[in-house]
Amino acid sequence: MNENNSKSRKIKGIFINIIVGLSVLIICLLLAGLIGFILVRGVPYITIKLLTTKPSLINDTIGILPNILNTLYIIVITLVIVLPLGVGSAVYLNEYAKNKRAVKVIELAAETLSGIPSVIYGLVGMLIFVQFFGMGTGLLAGGLTLAVMTLPTIIRTTQESLKTVPDGYREGALALGAGKWHMIRTAVLPSALDGIVTGCILAVGRVVGESAALLFTAGMANEILSPMESIMPGKAGSTLTVALYMYAKERGEFEIAFAIAAILLVITFVINLCAKLAAKKLKRRREL
Amino acid sequence: MNKSKTADLFEKAMRALFVLCGFLAVAFVVIITVFLIINGIPAIKEIGAADFLLGKKWASTAAQPSYGILPFILTSVYGTLGAVIIGVPIGLMCAVFLAKPFNEKAASVIRSAVDLLSGIPSVVYGLAGMIVIVPLVRKAFELPDGANLFSAVIVLAVMILPSVISVSETAIAAVPKEYEEASLALGATKTETIFKVTIPAAKSGIVTAVMLGVGRAIGEAMAVMMVAGNVANMPSLFKSVRFLTTAVASEMSYSSGLQRQALFSIALVLFIFIMIINLILNLAVKRKKR
Repeated sequence: MNENNSKSRKIKGIFINIIVGLSVLIICLLLAGLIGFILVRGVPYITIKLLTTKPSLINDTIGILPNILNTLYIIVITLVIVLPLGVGSAVYLNEYAKNKRAVKVIELAAETLSGIPSVIYGLVGMLIFVQFFGMGTGLLAGGLTLAVMTLPTIIRTTQESLKTVPDGYREGALALGAGKWHMIRTAVLPSALDGIVTGCILAVGRVVGESAALLFTAGMANEILSPMESIMPGKAGSTLTVALYMYAKERGEFEIAFAIAAILLVITFVINLCAKLAAKKLKRRREL
Repeated sequence: MNKSKTADLFEKAMRALFVLCGFLAVAFVVIITVFLIINGIPAIKEIGAADFLLGKKWASTAAQPSYGILPFILTSVYGTLGAVIIGVPIGLMCAVFLAKPFNEKAASVIRSAVDLLSGIPSVVYGLAGMIVIVPLVRKAFELPDGANLFSAVIVLAVMILPSVISVSETAIAAVPKEYEEASLALGATKTETIFKVTIPAAKSGIVTAVMLGVGRAIGEAMAVMMVAGNVANMPSLFKSVRFLTTAVASEMSYSSGLQRQALFSIALVLFIFIMIINLILNLAVKRKKR
Protein backbone atom coordinates (compact mmCIF):
# COMPACT_ATOMS: atom_id res chain seq x y z
CA MET A 1 0.00 0.00 0.00
CA ASN A 2 2.64 2.44 1.09
CA GLU A 3 4.96 1.44 -1.69
CA ASN A 4 2.14 1.83 -4.19
CA ASN A 5 1.49 5.32 -2.91
CA SER A 6 5.07 6.43 -3.27
CA LYS A 7 5.18 4.92 -6.73
CA SER A 8 2.14 6.85 -7.89
CA ARG A 9 3.62 10.00 -6.40
CA LYS A 10 6.79 9.43 -8.33
CA ILE A 11 4.90 8.88 -11.58
CA LYS A 12 2.85 12.00 -10.94
CA GLY A 13 6.03 13.99 -10.36
CA ILE A 14 7.60 12.77 -13.58
CA PHE A 15 4.40 13.45 -15.47
CA ILE A 16 4.22 17.04 -14.22
CA ASN A 17 7.89 17.61 -15.00
CA ILE A 18 7.28 16.41 -18.53
CA ILE A 19 4.42 18.90 -18.90
CA VAL A 20 6.63 21.72 -17.62
CA GLY A 21 9.39 20.70 -20.02
CA LEU A 22 6.91 20.52 -22.88
CA SER A 23 5.63 24.02 -22.17
CA VAL A 24 9.15 25.40 -22.16
CA LEU A 25 9.83 23.55 -25.40
CA ILE A 26 6.71 25.04 -26.98
CA ILE A 27 7.82 28.57 -26.07
CA CYS A 28 11.31 27.99 -27.47
CA LEU A 29 10.05 26.42 -30.69
CA LEU A 30 7.51 29.20 -31.06
CA LEU A 31 10.08 31.94 -30.82
CA ALA A 32 12.68 30.18 -32.93
CA GLY A 33 10.06 29.29 -35.53
CA LEU A 34 8.61 32.78 -35.64
CA ILE A 35 11.96 34.55 -35.91
CA GLY A 36 13.39 32.04 -38.36
CA PHE A 37 10.31 32.13 -40.54
CA ILE A 38 10.10 35.94 -40.68
CA LEU A 39 13.82 36.32 -41.37
CA VAL A 40 13.93 33.61 -44.03
CA ARG A 41 10.91 35.01 -45.82
CA GLY A 42 11.78 38.67 -45.34
CA VAL A 43 15.53 39.19 -45.54
CA PRO A 44 15.91 38.25 -49.24
CA TYR A 45 13.55 41.07 -50.16
CA ILE A 46 15.36 43.77 -48.20
CA THR A 47 17.21 45.58 -50.96
CA ILE A 48 18.86 48.97 -51.15
CA LYS A 49 16.17 49.99 -53.57
CA LEU A 50 13.41 49.00 -51.17
CA LEU A 51 14.99 51.02 -48.40
CA THR A 52 15.73 54.16 -50.39
CA THR A 53 12.74 54.74 -52.65
CA LYS A 54 9.09 55.51 -52.35
CA PRO A 55 6.35 53.46 -53.99
CA SER A 56 5.92 54.35 -57.62
CA LEU A 57 2.88 53.47 -59.66
CA ILE A 58 4.61 54.33 -62.94
CA ASN A 59 7.55 52.00 -62.40
CA ASP A 60 5.36 49.55 -60.49
CA THR A 61 7.90 49.38 -57.66
CA ILE A 62 7.49 49.55 -53.92
CA GLY A 63 9.87 51.36 -51.58
CA ILE A 64 9.55 51.87 -47.87
CA LEU A 65 11.71 54.96 -47.35
CA PRO A 66 8.64 57.10 -46.53
CA ASN A 67 7.58 54.58 -43.89
CA ILE A 68 11.04 54.48 -42.33
CA LEU A 69 11.12 58.28 -42.17
CA ASN A 70 7.58 58.46 -40.79
CA THR A 71 8.48 56.00 -38.05
CA LEU A 72 11.46 58.18 -37.09
CA TYR A 73 9.34 61.35 -37.17
CA ILE A 74 6.67 59.82 -34.99
CA ILE A 75 9.29 58.61 -32.50
CA VAL A 76 10.74 62.13 -32.26
CA ILE A 77 7.35 63.86 -32.03
CA THR A 78 6.13 61.45 -29.36
CA LEU A 79 9.27 61.69 -27.23
CA VAL A 80 9.48 65.48 -27.45
CA ILE A 81 5.93 65.73 -26.16
CA VAL A 82 5.87 62.91 -23.63
CA LEU A 83 9.30 63.37 -22.03
CA PRO A 84 8.76 66.69 -20.27
CA LEU A 85 5.23 65.70 -19.28
CA GLY A 86 6.14 62.25 -18.01
CA VAL A 87 9.28 63.35 -16.19
CA GLY A 88 7.41 66.32 -14.72
CA SER A 89 4.68 64.02 -13.53
CA ALA A 90 7.17 61.66 -11.90
CA VAL A 91 8.96 64.60 -10.25
CA TYR A 92 5.66 65.77 -8.83
CA LEU A 93 4.86 62.30 -7.50
CA ASN A 94 8.26 61.78 -5.94
CA GLU A 95 9.42 65.26 -4.92
CA TYR A 96 6.42 67.52 -4.42
CA ALA A 97 3.33 65.49 -3.60
CA LYS A 98 2.62 65.33 0.09
CA ASN A 99 -0.92 64.09 -0.18
CA LYS A 100 -0.82 60.28 -0.25
CA ARG A 101 -4.31 60.06 -1.66
CA ALA A 102 -3.40 62.31 -4.62
CA VAL A 103 -0.41 60.08 -5.39
CA LYS A 104 -2.64 57.03 -5.27
CA VAL A 105 -5.18 58.58 -7.62
CA ILE A 106 -2.46 59.56 -10.11
CA GLU A 107 -0.86 56.13 -9.99
CA LEU A 108 -4.24 54.52 -10.52
CA ALA A 109 -4.86 56.81 -13.50
CA ALA A 110 -1.48 55.93 -15.00
CA GLU A 111 -2.25 52.22 -14.58
CA THR A 112 -5.63 52.73 -16.23
CA LEU A 113 -3.97 54.51 -19.15
CA SER A 114 -1.55 51.65 -19.66
CA GLY A 115 -4.45 49.17 -19.76
CA ILE A 116 -6.46 50.94 -22.45
CA PRO A 117 -6.18 49.10 -25.80
CA SER A 118 -4.53 50.93 -28.67
CA VAL A 119 -7.66 50.79 -30.82
CA ILE A 120 -9.37 53.03 -28.28
CA TYR A 121 -6.40 55.38 -28.27
CA GLY A 122 -6.67 55.55 -32.03
CA LEU A 123 -10.36 56.32 -31.91
CA VAL A 124 -10.14 58.91 -29.15
CA GLY A 125 -7.02 60.41 -30.74
CA MET A 126 -9.01 60.81 -33.93
CA LEU A 127 -11.92 62.40 -32.09
CA ILE A 128 -9.76 64.79 -30.07
CA PHE A 129 -6.70 65.68 -32.13
CA VAL A 130 -7.90 65.11 -35.68
CA GLN A 131 -11.45 66.43 -35.33
CA PHE A 132 -11.84 68.48 -32.14
CA PHE A 133 -8.56 70.37 -32.53
CA GLY A 134 -8.83 70.24 -36.32
CA MET A 135 -5.31 68.95 -36.92
CA GLY A 136 -6.41 66.60 -39.65
CA THR A 137 -5.04 63.10 -40.12
CA GLY A 138 -1.29 63.40 -39.83
CA LEU A 139 1.93 62.53 -38.08
CA LEU A 140 1.38 65.29 -35.51
CA ALA A 141 -1.99 63.86 -34.42
CA GLY A 142 -0.46 60.37 -34.39
CA GLY A 143 2.48 61.52 -32.28
CA LEU A 144 0.20 63.27 -29.81
CA THR A 145 -1.94 60.14 -29.49
CA LEU A 146 1.13 57.99 -28.84
CA ALA A 147 2.41 60.55 -26.33
CA VAL A 148 -0.72 59.96 -24.24
CA MET A 149 -0.25 56.23 -24.67
CA THR A 150 3.40 56.17 -23.58
CA LEU A 151 2.95 58.61 -20.69
CA PRO A 152 2.53 55.84 -18.06
CA THR A 153 5.78 54.17 -19.19
CA ILE A 154 7.82 57.35 -18.78
CA ILE A 155 6.19 58.16 -15.44
CA ARG A 156 6.85 54.69 -14.04
CA THR A 157 10.50 54.33 -15.04
CA THR A 158 11.38 57.91 -14.04
CA GLN A 159 9.65 57.48 -10.72
CA GLU A 160 11.50 54.25 -10.06
CA SER A 161 14.85 55.86 -10.64
CA LEU A 162 13.95 59.01 -8.68
CA LYS A 163 13.32 56.74 -5.72
CA THR A 164 16.91 55.52 -5.88
CA VAL A 165 18.40 59.03 -5.63
CA PRO A 166 19.74 59.24 -2.06
CA ASP A 167 18.07 61.82 0.19
CA GLY A 168 21.54 63.12 1.03
CA TYR A 169 21.74 64.68 -2.45
CA ARG A 170 18.55 66.60 -1.83
CA GLU A 171 19.50 67.65 1.69
CA GLY A 172 22.97 68.68 0.55
CA ALA A 173 21.61 70.87 -2.22
CA LEU A 174 18.99 72.44 0.03
CA ALA A 175 21.57 73.05 2.77
CA LEU A 176 23.70 74.92 0.26
CA GLY A 177 20.79 77.27 -0.21
CA ALA A 178 19.39 75.91 -3.45
CA GLY A 179 15.71 76.41 -4.12
CA LYS A 180 13.61 73.30 -4.62
CA TRP A 181 13.56 73.55 -8.40
CA HIS A 182 17.28 74.26 -8.47
CA MET A 183 17.84 71.22 -6.27
CA ILE A 184 15.74 69.03 -8.59
CA ARG A 185 17.42 70.34 -11.73
CA THR A 186 21.02 70.07 -10.53
CA ALA A 187 21.00 67.21 -8.04
CA VAL A 188 17.99 64.96 -8.51
CA LEU A 189 17.28 64.78 -12.24
CA PRO A 190 20.89 64.16 -13.36
CA SER A 191 21.10 61.21 -11.00
CA ALA A 192 17.84 59.83 -12.33
CA LEU A 193 18.97 60.02 -15.94
CA ASP A 194 19.31 56.26 -16.45
CA GLY A 195 15.68 55.70 -15.48
CA ILE A 196 14.56 58.38 -17.90
CA VAL A 197 16.65 56.79 -20.65
CA THR A 198 15.11 53.37 -19.90
CA GLY A 199 11.68 54.94 -20.18
CA CYS A 200 12.59 56.46 -23.53
CA ILE A 201 13.81 53.13 -24.87
CA LEU A 202 10.61 51.38 -23.78
CA ALA A 203 8.52 54.19 -25.26
CA VAL A 204 10.39 53.93 -28.57
CA GLY A 205 9.67 50.21 -28.58
CA ARG A 206 5.99 50.83 -28.07
CA VAL A 207 5.89 53.51 -30.78
CA VAL A 208 7.71 51.32 -33.31
CA GLY A 209 5.32 48.42 -32.69
CA GLU A 210 2.14 50.42 -32.63
CA SER A 211 -0.32 50.22 -35.47
CA ALA A 212 -3.96 50.33 -34.37
CA ALA A 213 -3.59 53.72 -32.69
CA LEU A 214 -2.02 55.20 -35.81
CA LEU A 215 -4.43 53.92 -38.44
CA PHE A 216 -6.94 56.76 -37.96
CA THR A 217 -4.65 59.39 -36.49
CA ALA A 218 -1.48 59.36 -38.61
CA GLY A 219 -3.08 58.03 -41.75
CA MET A 220 -1.84 55.79 -44.51
CA ALA A 221 0.00 57.99 -47.02
CA ASN A 222 3.31 56.85 -48.48
CA GLU A 223 4.87 60.16 -49.51
CA ILE A 224 8.33 61.31 -48.46
CA LEU A 225 8.01 64.17 -45.97
CA SER A 226 10.72 66.56 -44.86
CA PRO A 227 11.24 66.97 -41.10
CA MET A 228 9.56 70.37 -41.26
CA GLU A 229 6.55 68.96 -43.05
CA SER A 230 6.22 66.12 -40.57
CA ILE A 231 5.18 68.42 -37.73
CA MET A 232 2.67 70.35 -39.79
CA PRO A 233 -0.92 69.39 -39.15
CA GLY A 234 -2.61 67.24 -41.74
CA LYS A 235 0.55 65.64 -43.16
CA ALA A 236 -0.49 62.00 -43.19
CA GLY A 237 2.02 59.20 -43.33
CA SER A 238 2.12 55.51 -42.46
CA THR A 239 4.77 54.03 -40.20
CA LEU A 240 6.43 50.67 -40.86
CA THR A 241 3.79 48.72 -38.93
CA VAL A 242 0.87 50.39 -40.66
CA ALA A 243 2.59 49.88 -44.02
CA LEU A 244 3.09 46.19 -43.18
CA TYR A 245 -0.61 45.87 -42.45
CA MET A 246 -1.62 47.64 -45.65
CA TYR A 247 0.74 45.60 -47.84
CA ALA A 248 -0.27 42.28 -46.29
CA LYS A 249 -3.99 42.74 -45.77
CA GLU A 250 -5.16 45.19 -48.39
CA ARG A 251 -2.74 44.63 -51.25
CA GLY A 252 -1.45 41.10 -50.89
CA GLU A 253 2.20 42.20 -51.34
CA PHE A 254 3.56 39.58 -48.97
CA GLU A 255 7.22 39.93 -49.98
CA ILE A 256 7.20 43.57 -48.94
CA ALA A 257 5.26 42.74 -45.78
CA PHE A 258 7.81 40.11 -44.79
CA ALA A 259 10.70 42.45 -45.54
CA ILE A 260 9.15 45.06 -43.23
CA ALA A 261 8.46 42.39 -40.61
CA ALA A 262 12.13 41.35 -40.71
CA ILE A 263 13.21 44.96 -40.26
CA LEU A 264 10.78 45.36 -37.35
CA LEU A 265 12.13 42.19 -35.74
CA VAL A 266 15.68 43.50 -35.90
CA ILE A 267 14.58 46.85 -34.42
CA THR A 268 12.72 45.02 -31.64
CA PHE A 269 15.80 42.98 -30.90
CA VAL A 270 18.03 46.07 -30.69
CA ILE A 271 15.54 47.92 -28.47
CA ASN A 272 15.29 44.91 -26.17
CA LEU A 273 19.05 44.79 -25.88
CA CYS A 274 19.29 48.50 -25.09
CA ALA A 275 16.50 48.25 -22.52
CA LYS A 276 18.24 45.34 -20.84
CA LEU A 277 21.56 47.19 -20.66
CA ALA A 278 19.88 50.29 -19.25
CA ALA A 279 17.98 48.23 -16.68
CA LYS A 280 21.18 46.50 -15.62
CA LYS A 281 22.86 49.84 -15.06
CA LEU A 282 19.89 51.04 -13.04
CA LYS A 283 19.90 47.90 -10.93
CA ARG A 284 23.60 48.10 -10.25
CA ARG A 285 23.20 51.63 -8.95
CA ARG A 286 20.34 50.60 -6.74
CA GLU A 287 22.50 47.96 -5.14
CA LEU A 288 25.29 50.45 -4.36
CA MET B 1 14.94 91.25 -0.83
CA ASN B 2 13.46 91.83 -4.26
CA LYS B 3 15.54 89.06 -5.72
CA SER B 4 14.36 86.55 -3.18
CA LYS B 5 10.80 87.54 -3.98
CA THR B 6 11.19 86.76 -7.67
CA ALA B 7 12.96 83.55 -6.75
CA ASP B 8 10.06 82.71 -4.53
CA LEU B 9 7.64 83.43 -7.33
CA PHE B 10 9.69 81.26 -9.67
CA GLU B 11 9.65 78.37 -7.21
CA LYS B 12 5.89 78.67 -6.94
CA ALA B 13 5.50 78.72 -10.71
CA MET B 14 7.65 75.59 -11.09
CA ARG B 15 5.68 73.88 -8.39
CA ALA B 16 2.43 74.72 -10.16
CA LEU B 17 3.89 73.34 -13.39
CA PHE B 18 4.81 70.05 -11.75
CA VAL B 19 1.40 69.76 -10.11
CA LEU B 20 -0.12 70.26 -13.55
CA CYS B 21 2.08 67.51 -15.04
CA GLY B 22 1.27 65.28 -12.10
CA PHE B 23 -2.44 65.37 -12.68
CA LEU B 24 -2.11 65.01 -16.44
CA ALA B 25 -2.62 61.25 -16.30
CA VAL B 26 -5.85 61.77 -14.36
CA ALA B 27 -6.95 64.42 -16.84
CA PHE B 28 -6.27 62.08 -19.77
CA VAL B 29 -8.32 59.28 -18.23
CA VAL B 30 -11.19 61.68 -17.61
CA ILE B 31 -10.99 63.16 -21.13
CA ILE B 32 -10.90 59.73 -22.78
CA THR B 33 -13.87 58.57 -20.71
CA VAL B 34 -15.88 61.72 -21.40
CA PHE B 35 -15.19 61.67 -25.14
CA LEU B 36 -16.14 58.00 -25.41
CA ILE B 37 -19.35 58.50 -23.46
CA ILE B 38 -20.38 61.65 -25.36
CA ASN B 39 -19.74 60.00 -28.71
CA GLY B 40 -20.95 56.54 -27.76
CA ILE B 41 -24.27 57.28 -26.12
CA PRO B 42 -26.23 58.85 -29.07
CA ALA B 43 -26.18 55.73 -31.23
CA ILE B 44 -27.13 53.49 -28.31
CA LYS B 45 -30.07 55.82 -27.62
CA GLU B 46 -31.18 55.84 -31.23
CA ILE B 47 -30.86 52.10 -31.76
CA GLY B 48 -32.05 51.18 -28.28
CA ALA B 49 -29.76 49.65 -25.69
CA ALA B 50 -31.37 46.22 -25.88
CA ASP B 51 -31.37 46.07 -29.68
CA PHE B 52 -27.80 47.30 -29.76
CA LEU B 53 -26.31 45.04 -27.12
CA LEU B 54 -28.42 41.93 -27.75
CA GLY B 55 -29.14 42.26 -31.45
CA LYS B 56 -27.72 39.31 -33.35
CA LYS B 57 -27.37 40.98 -36.69
CA TRP B 58 -24.85 43.60 -37.73
CA ALA B 59 -25.54 44.93 -41.21
CA SER B 60 -24.42 48.53 -41.11
CA THR B 61 -24.30 49.10 -44.83
CA ALA B 62 -27.50 47.26 -45.79
CA ALA B 63 -30.53 49.09 -47.19
CA GLN B 64 -32.30 48.25 -43.94
CA PRO B 65 -29.33 48.63 -41.59
CA SER B 66 -29.33 46.72 -38.34
CA TYR B 67 -26.91 47.36 -35.55
CA GLY B 68 -26.71 44.41 -33.18
CA ILE B 69 -23.32 43.88 -31.59
CA LEU B 70 -23.96 40.65 -29.71
CA PRO B 71 -21.81 38.76 -32.27
CA PHE B 72 -18.85 41.06 -31.50
CA ILE B 73 -19.30 40.86 -27.74
CA LEU B 74 -19.56 37.07 -27.77
CA THR B 75 -16.65 36.73 -30.19
CA SER B 76 -14.46 38.90 -27.96
CA VAL B 77 -15.48 36.92 -24.88
CA TYR B 78 -15.02 33.51 -26.52
CA GLY B 79 -11.79 34.52 -28.23
CA THR B 80 -10.33 35.82 -24.99
CA LEU B 81 -11.51 32.79 -23.07
CA GLY B 82 -9.97 30.48 -25.65
CA ALA B 83 -6.68 32.36 -25.58
CA VAL B 84 -6.62 32.13 -21.78
CA ILE B 85 -7.47 28.42 -21.77
CA ILE B 86 -4.59 27.67 -24.15
CA GLY B 87 -2.12 30.34 -23.10
CA VAL B 88 -2.35 30.37 -19.31
CA PRO B 89 -1.44 26.70 -18.61
CA ILE B 90 1.54 26.85 -20.96
CA GLY B 91 2.59 30.23 -19.58
CA LEU B 92 2.19 29.11 -15.99
CA MET B 93 4.24 25.95 -16.54
CA CYS B 94 6.93 28.01 -18.21
CA ALA B 95 6.86 30.46 -15.29
CA VAL B 96 7.33 27.54 -12.87
CA PHE B 97 10.40 26.49 -14.81
CA LEU B 98 11.78 30.04 -14.84
CA ALA B 99 11.16 30.62 -11.13
CA LYS B 100 12.61 27.25 -10.06
CA PRO B 101 15.08 26.41 -12.83
CA PHE B 102 17.33 23.39 -12.65
CA ASN B 103 19.58 25.19 -15.09
CA GLU B 104 20.08 28.92 -14.55
CA LYS B 105 21.61 29.48 -17.96
CA ALA B 106 18.70 27.91 -19.83
CA ALA B 107 16.32 29.98 -17.73
CA SER B 108 18.06 33.22 -18.61
CA VAL B 109 17.97 32.37 -22.32
CA ILE B 110 14.26 31.64 -22.11
CA ARG B 111 13.67 34.83 -20.15
CA SER B 112 15.27 36.83 -22.98
CA ALA B 113 13.15 34.91 -25.46
CA VAL B 114 10.00 35.82 -23.55
CA ASP B 115 11.07 39.49 -23.44
CA LEU B 116 11.58 39.40 -27.18
CA LEU B 117 8.15 37.81 -27.73
CA SER B 118 6.52 40.64 -25.79
CA GLY B 119 8.26 43.27 -27.91
CA ILE B 120 7.31 41.91 -31.31
CA PRO B 121 4.71 44.19 -32.94
CA SER B 122 1.21 42.78 -33.24
CA VAL B 123 1.16 43.19 -37.02
CA VAL B 124 4.11 40.79 -37.23
CA TYR B 125 2.10 38.22 -35.26
CA GLY B 126 -0.79 38.92 -37.59
CA LEU B 127 1.37 38.38 -40.66
CA ALA B 128 2.79 35.11 -39.35
CA GLY B 129 -0.72 33.99 -38.41
CA MET B 130 -2.02 34.88 -41.85
CA ILE B 131 0.68 32.95 -43.67
CA VAL B 132 1.18 29.99 -41.31
CA ILE B 133 -1.78 29.41 -38.98
CA VAL B 134 -4.62 30.21 -41.37
CA PRO B 135 -3.58 27.76 -44.14
CA LEU B 136 -2.69 25.17 -41.49
CA VAL B 137 -6.14 25.41 -39.90
CA ARG B 138 -7.79 25.24 -43.31
CA LYS B 139 -5.95 22.07 -44.21
CA ALA B 140 -6.19 20.41 -40.80
CA PHE B 141 -9.96 20.83 -40.52
CA GLU B 142 -10.72 20.75 -44.25
CA LEU B 143 -12.41 24.13 -44.29
CA PRO B 144 -12.95 26.41 -47.28
CA ASP B 145 -11.21 29.21 -45.36
CA GLY B 146 -8.87 29.07 -42.39
CA ALA B 147 -9.44 32.64 -41.26
CA ASN B 148 -11.74 32.01 -38.32
CA LEU B 149 -12.15 32.20 -34.55
CA PHE B 150 -9.87 29.21 -34.01
CA SER B 151 -6.93 30.83 -35.80
CA ALA B 152 -7.52 34.05 -33.86
CA VAL B 153 -7.53 32.15 -30.57
CA ILE B 154 -4.18 30.56 -31.37
CA VAL B 155 -2.58 33.89 -32.31
CA LEU B 156 -4.02 35.55 -29.19
CA ALA B 157 -2.81 32.69 -27.00
CA VAL B 158 0.72 33.28 -28.26
CA MET B 159 0.40 37.01 -27.77
CA ILE B 160 -0.67 36.78 -24.12
CA LEU B 161 2.13 34.34 -23.23
CA PRO B 162 4.82 36.94 -22.42
CA SER B 163 2.74 38.88 -19.89
CA VAL B 164 1.38 35.69 -18.30
CA ILE B 165 4.88 34.23 -18.00
CA SER B 166 6.73 37.24 -16.64
CA VAL B 167 4.09 38.27 -14.09
CA SER B 168 3.48 34.76 -12.78
CA GLU B 169 7.22 34.14 -12.60
CA THR B 170 7.62 37.19 -10.38
CA ALA B 171 4.72 36.01 -8.22
CA ILE B 172 6.08 32.48 -7.84
CA ALA B 173 9.58 33.70 -7.08
CA ALA B 174 8.21 36.03 -4.38
CA VAL B 175 6.74 33.20 -2.27
CA PRO B 176 8.71 33.01 1.02
CA LYS B 177 11.28 30.24 1.07
CA GLU B 178 10.06 29.05 4.49
CA TYR B 179 6.80 27.80 2.99
CA GLU B 180 8.66 25.56 0.59
CA GLU B 181 11.19 24.42 3.17
CA ALA B 182 8.39 23.45 5.55
CA SER B 183 6.68 21.44 2.84
CA LEU B 184 9.93 19.73 1.85
CA ALA B 185 10.67 18.95 5.48
CA LEU B 186 7.29 17.25 5.77
CA GLY B 187 8.39 14.87 3.06
CA ALA B 188 6.74 16.35 -0.01
CA THR B 189 8.73 16.10 -3.21
CA LYS B 190 9.98 19.22 -4.96
CA THR B 191 7.27 19.00 -7.62
CA GLU B 192 4.53 18.50 -5.04
CA THR B 193 5.83 21.49 -3.12
CA ILE B 194 5.73 23.74 -6.15
CA PHE B 195 2.24 22.74 -7.20
CA LYS B 196 0.59 22.33 -3.79
CA VAL B 197 2.36 25.04 -1.78
CA THR B 198 4.10 27.60 -3.96
CA ILE B 199 1.46 28.10 -6.65
CA PRO B 200 -1.46 28.40 -4.19
CA ALA B 201 0.61 30.92 -2.21
CA ALA B 202 1.26 32.93 -5.38
CA LYS B 203 -2.42 32.86 -6.33
CA SER B 204 -3.10 36.60 -6.37
CA GLY B 205 -0.03 37.27 -8.50
CA ILE B 206 -1.13 34.61 -10.93
CA VAL B 207 -4.62 36.12 -11.05
CA THR B 208 -2.95 39.43 -11.95
CA ALA B 209 -1.04 37.67 -14.72
CA VAL B 210 -4.20 36.11 -16.10
CA MET B 211 -6.10 39.39 -16.00
CA LEU B 212 -3.26 41.16 -17.81
CA GLY B 213 -3.48 38.45 -20.45
CA VAL B 214 -7.24 38.92 -20.67
CA GLY B 215 -6.76 42.66 -21.09
CA ARG B 216 -4.23 42.18 -23.83
CA ALA B 217 -6.36 39.60 -25.66
CA ILE B 218 -9.58 41.59 -25.53
CA GLY B 219 -7.82 44.77 -26.66
CA GLU B 220 -5.82 43.32 -29.52
CA ALA B 221 -6.96 44.56 -32.90
CA MET B 222 -4.48 44.34 -35.75
CA ALA B 223 -3.32 40.74 -35.37
CA VAL B 224 -6.90 39.57 -34.96
CA MET B 225 -8.02 41.58 -37.96
CA MET B 226 -5.49 39.69 -40.08
CA VAL B 227 -6.48 36.17 -39.03
CA ALA B 228 -10.14 36.14 -37.94
CA GLY B 229 -11.75 36.68 -41.34
CA ASN B 230 -13.61 39.76 -40.17
CA VAL B 231 -17.21 38.79 -41.03
CA ALA B 232 -19.92 39.73 -38.52
CA ASN B 233 -21.09 36.18 -37.81
CA MET B 234 -22.31 34.87 -34.49
CA PRO B 235 -19.20 33.20 -33.07
CA SER B 236 -18.46 29.61 -33.85
CA LEU B 237 -15.05 28.01 -33.72
CA PHE B 238 -14.65 27.55 -37.46
CA LYS B 239 -16.57 30.56 -38.71
CA SER B 240 -15.13 33.84 -39.84
CA VAL B 241 -15.76 36.29 -37.01
CA ARG B 242 -15.34 39.89 -35.96
CA PHE B 243 -14.18 41.07 -32.52
CA LEU B 244 -15.18 44.28 -30.73
CA THR B 245 -11.80 45.79 -31.59
CA THR B 246 -11.89 44.80 -35.24
CA ALA B 247 -15.48 45.95 -35.58
CA VAL B 248 -14.30 49.45 -34.68
CA ALA B 249 -11.18 49.36 -36.79
CA SER B 250 -12.52 47.76 -39.94
CA GLU B 251 -15.37 50.18 -40.72
CA MET B 252 -13.99 53.40 -39.28
CA SER B 253 -12.31 54.60 -42.45
CA TYR B 254 -15.44 54.68 -44.60
CA SER B 255 -18.25 55.01 -42.06
CA SER B 256 -20.65 57.92 -41.72
CA GLY B 257 -23.81 58.94 -39.87
CA LEU B 258 -25.41 56.45 -37.51
CA GLN B 259 -22.99 53.73 -38.59
CA ARG B 260 -20.06 55.87 -37.43
CA GLN B 261 -21.77 56.68 -34.16
CA ALA B 262 -22.48 53.00 -33.62
CA LEU B 263 -18.74 52.33 -33.99
CA PHE B 264 -18.10 54.81 -31.17
CA SER B 265 -20.68 52.94 -29.12
CA ILE B 266 -18.83 49.67 -29.76
CA ALA B 267 -15.65 51.38 -28.53
CA LEU B 268 -17.55 52.46 -25.41
CA VAL B 269 -18.62 48.85 -24.76
CA LEU B 270 -15.02 47.70 -25.22
CA PHE B 271 -13.86 50.45 -22.86
CA ILE B 272 -16.34 49.27 -20.21
CA PHE B 273 -15.00 45.72 -20.55
CA ILE B 274 -11.45 47.00 -20.07
CA MET B 275 -12.47 49.05 -17.04
CA ILE B 276 -14.03 45.98 -15.44
CA ILE B 277 -10.79 44.06 -16.03
CA ASN B 278 -8.79 46.95 -14.53
CA LEU B 279 -11.06 46.89 -11.49
CA ILE B 280 -10.49 43.16 -10.97
CA LEU B 281 -6.75 43.72 -11.40
CA ASN B 282 -6.73 46.43 -8.76
CA LEU B 283 -8.68 44.26 -6.36
CA ALA B 284 -6.23 41.41 -6.89
CA VAL B 285 -3.27 43.69 -6.24
CA LYS B 286 -4.91 45.12 -3.14
CA ARG B 287 -5.55 41.67 -1.76
CA LYS B 288 -1.95 40.75 -2.35
CA LYS B 289 -0.79 43.78 -0.40
CA ARG B 290 -2.96 42.88 2.55
